[in-house]
Amino acid sequence: MNKGLPKWADIVLIPLLSLTLAFLVSGLVVMFIGKDPIEAVKVMVSGALGKFGIGYTLYYTTNFIFTGLAVAIAFHARMFNIGGEGQAGIGGVGVAVVLLAVDWPHWTVAIVAASIGAMVFGAAWAAIPAYLQAKRGSHIVITTIMFNWIGSALIVYLLVGPLQAPGMVPETLGFSAGSSIPTLNDIFPAFDKHAPANISLFLALFAAFGVWVLIWKTRLGYEIRAFGHSEKAAIYAGIKPVKIIMVAMLVSGALAGMMAVNTVQGEAERLILDTVQGAGFVGIAVALMGRSHPVGVVLAAFLFGILYQGGGELSFAMGIPREMIVVIQALVIMFVGSLENMVRIPVERLFVRFRKGAA
Amino acid sequence: MDFNTIIQILDSAVRLSTPLLLACLAGLYSERSGIFDIGLEGKMLAGAFAAGAMSAYAGMPVIEGGLGMTWGMAWMGVGAAIAVSIVLALIHGFASITLRGNQLISGVAINFFAAGSTVLIGQYWFRSGGQTPPLSGAQRFGPIELPFAGVLKDVPILGPIYEGLISGHNILVYVAFAAVPLTWWILFRTRFGLRLRAVGENPGAVDTAGISVVKQRYAAVLIAGVLCGLAGAYLSLGTSAAGFVKDMSAGKGFIALAALIFAKWQPKAALGASLLFGLLEAIGNRYQSIDLGVFVVPVQFMQALPYILTVVILAGFIGKAIPPAAGGEPYVKER
Repeated sequence: MNKGLPKWADIVLIPLLSLTLAFLVSGLVVMFIGKDPIEAVKVMVSGALGKFGIGYTLYYTTNFIFTGLAVAIAFHARMFNIGGEGQAGIGGVGVAVVLLAVDWPHWTVAIVAASIGAMVFGAAWAAIPAYLQAKRGSHIVITTIMFNWIGSALIVYLLVGPLQAPGMVPETLGFSAGSSIPTLNDIFPAFDKHAPANISLFLALFAAFGVWVLIWKTRLGYEIRAFGHSEKAAIYAGIKPVKIIMVAMLVSGALAGMMAVNTVQGEAERLILDTVQGAGFVGIAVALMGRSHPVGVVLAAFLFGILYQGGGELSFAMGIPREMIVVIQALVIMFVGSLENMVRIPVERLFVRFRKGAA
Repeated sequence: MDFNTIIQILDSAVRLSTPLLLACLAGLYSERSGIFDIGLEGKMLAGAFAAGAMSAYAGMPVIEGGLGMTWGMAWMGVGAAIAVSIVLALIHGFASITLRGNQLISGVAINFFAAGSTVLIGQYWFRSGGQTPPLSGAQRFGPIELPFAGVLKDVPILGPIYEGLISGHNILVYVAFAAVPLTWWILFRTRFGLRLRAVGENPGAVDTAGISVVKQRYAAVLIAGVLCGLAGAYLSLGTSAAGFVKDMSAGKGFIALAALIFAKWQPKAALGASLLFGLLEAIGNRYQSIDLGVFVVPVQFMQALPYILTVVILAGFIGKAIPPAAGGEPYVKER
């Protein structure tokens, strides 16, 4: 595939060039609606990285690390899990069920229990599409899309039905005080008091490390990568496709579900409607940009954290609607993902010519 | 439930299934040629915005900077919707046919691009939270009274069916339903259709026969663009929304995708599936929950039913849905 391309060009140069194109086109979009793109970048960066904004930026980053890792691990098994949105939403139900069922004495216990709830529910929501892909050959992209919609209907049903707190608002009761996890401000007073970033950021970083170990340092990870490279060769080597598909998708669903520890336990402290807010889809952009490598995913998640927080500032300071972020996200997915060969092919040719010249 | 209520629900089902049907047929052309299209939603949404914006602009008085037209604005809107939807379809074609990129990722990108840019540009042009101005008169498509609808109204059973169900829709509804036999004819009775299906099943064989796989697939993707544009125009010009509203496609593109799989990529079944899913939506709109005596079916279940049914069909427990063999695979000509 990467004939004659050195590794650094493959994992750094091409994504950077694609990203630059995506941002250039985003700049053109900003100019089209009559605003100054340079000014917009300044507003975004200062808004996202200032004392007030950074606490929000890291909050979004936490979400995107989880969903990005979720998409990335499925990519390694050559599967496209587009269901992060649903898995994260149902993960939120898991968090809520666990935290409402028991009056947790201390947050250290509560966060472990909530994480288990989030992972089990998230993985369960990925399990049916995974099983259908593994056993019946039903296309995982379509089934996970369908499960996103089924999931959102289920959550609405739960929040206006069985899990609804007394009253008309579609939300559960608030969680007890014992399950409230420390914010970054509690740990480092330098952060703004109201910023929602919390200790689950470290869970996300730990998860990234865990995924790195799993994919590159274990036998199972080797099998997942082998399966992703060539299904036929993997089967010939005795790797069982059903097992790989199930494991990769369950881990993927569990990671997406973990996002709910940040949003539901850490921020809302009760289950409300639409806790995911598209983070499941941002995970696709993050995984593509990060080349499905945990380090890349963390960096890309931070970049998207800046975009999300800075995008909010854009509407305040410059009157550019928040939807600008969605456009940037779309362009990143487009240029880094589907239009990647537009950059890759010329770069490859350039390298081939350069080599010939040197030889 | 009396007869009139049934007619009303079916009538509403016809209206609700129209955009599904158009988008479903769009997906059918594309996927039959081997190009997966999960960007139906985005093309529809962009089309809806273009139609709403163009129709509003065409009908706006010249003093206010519009074209000051008094008739045909809705058709201008349709033209704009098709044009914009085709541009997105061409991006999808360029990514998946020319560059041999990932078709699914391309579709995802197009959906987001439409969701974001329609609000962005809508806010810039009309400054009302991404909405287009309300449309009236010839800026929209009004109901068409079929001949003798008034006279035949009093004929028992058939009268209300003709007057209440078949007559009184706007032109795009009839276009959508006419597109079904037309699609069947094109796919199964013309050389173009044979080739289109062939590139989706075995592009190598088509290439060997000296026919361009690339051209054939671009043609299919373009037709999908036209049909998604019509679906979008219907949303903003043919429904009670009377203009473009942010995110107005609201997942219809994905229900259309579900209908396509449910219909196993067959035009006639696409009609059935779209009507079924439209009917489910119509029932869900009319009744908040349905009491079956033994238990109550919540409205959310009705909303989720199209997706659940599609998963069941995909699982192959009730007949197997087998997609075109070369679907999603970029075609690499041997060198």
